[in-house]
Amino acid sequence: MRELRELAARLLEANDVQVVIGWEEWGRGVRPAFARTLAEADRLVFDQRCVHNLATYLHPRRKHIRRLGRPAVVVKGCDARAAAGLIRDNQLRREDVVLIGVRCPGMWVEGGAEGLPGDRKWADRCVSCPQRTPTLCDHLVGEDGPEPDGPGLEAQVERLQALPMAERWAFWSSAFERCVRCYACREVCPLCFCDRCLADKSVPQWIESSPHQRGNVAWHLARALHLAGRCVGCGECERACPAGIPLSILNARLQQSVRERFEFVASDDPSVPSPIGQFRVDDGQEFIR
Amino acid sequence: MAAFQPKITAFVCNWCTYTGADLAGTSRLQMAPEVRIIRLPCTGRIDPLFIIKAFERGADGVIVSGCHPADCHYNHGNYHARRRFAIFRDLLDFVGIDPRRVIFSWVSASEGGKWRDVVDGATATIRELGPCRTDTGDEGQGRLACAS
Repeated sequence: MRELRELAARLLEANDVQVVIGWEEWGRGVRPAFARTLAEADRLVFDQRCVHNLATYLHPRRKHIRRLGRPAVVVKGCDARAAAGLIRDNQLRREDVVLIGVRCPGMWVEGGAEGLPGDRKWADRCVSCPQRTPTLCDHLVGEDGPEPDGPGLEAQVERLQALPMAERWAFWSSAFERCVRCYACREVCPLCFCDRCLADKSVPQWIESSPHQRGNVAWHLARALHLAGRCVGCGECERACPAGIPLSILNARLQQSVRERFEFVASDDPSVPSPIGQFRVDDGQEFIR
Repeated sequence: MAAFQPKITAFVCNWCTYTGADLAGTSRLQMAPEVRIIRLPCTGRIDPLFIIKAFERGADGVIVSGCHPADCHYNHGNYHARRRFAIFRDLLDFVGIDPRRVIFSWVSASEGGKWRDVVDGATATIRELGPCRTDTGDEGQGRLACAS
């Protein structure tokens, strides 16, 4: 913590950056913080409650953040992968941001588990995290924690995949039915950066805008597809969802598909091209007659 | 009750499959009449949303067909499409929409016979799977693809 605050202060003092985006104590938890003064920098924290993916503040739709000046962003493993995704997709230039990597111990979420304080458990996504310590960063602070423990996302994907098709549909259609189409999943996502989202277009209207099952299914399928090969598994869409739709499982399944078919894992190396938009002449086509 | 008459939408590319279907017609090949063709410039133009929309609007099955690999009029539209559809199929399967309802094929301009086989095969498959169940309450419009 000391290390992080001193680094933030140093960067601000040198005027290398004008704002350090991190977390601060707020209420009973933490919230994203925009430190522009030394006093604000001294309030920054990082621990197992810092779930927010701050890379979302880097995408070009957030013009109000860009106006604050050159940012330094505190990134966990998943946040660094999201920043790499933005660089890969030409939405961010590496030199326009200072990335402060933190050795992520894995996040805690609500839900009882043995051994963790205050009715908490490791987030499933953190159990399945491919890389908790970022490599795409200018500075690296913090200490390694114990290995997160729990079932992980793959187990949930497998459990669903093992069900008969009708039961899978029952599961997902009842989940999608709860959707109120607030698009919080899109707004919070660091990689949903289109100026104008497909779902907001009305001529032609590909996705019906009312919270009716028809449009809901189309929206969730389209959202998941547009993140295939781009999703970094930060789980922010699911956290932001007021209806509790398990979007992480859907995303995890598609990332698994991309991994198996095209050998692509969304790493924090922006030089590896995204699998969609690329192709190989010998891509599998077992499903085509 | 009358026998189930499936509605099948075919998204085909202008250069190969559409011409192939035309050849099947001019060659007077007999084939199942349940398929409605929508012609697009390339399979690369076919967004998975087109397929979702077809199901929303009452299709029981969808055919997607274009040029064979290496034959694309635009050089590699079909390669891009192939990646997209591979993932789309996995997604359909995972959410419990029967991927057998979406039939992918490569049919060239000279393969009128193959087009007939694709159409007949698709019709037989969809007949077997039956109509898409209505999950959304309202008849006709509002049908959604789901498990057979």
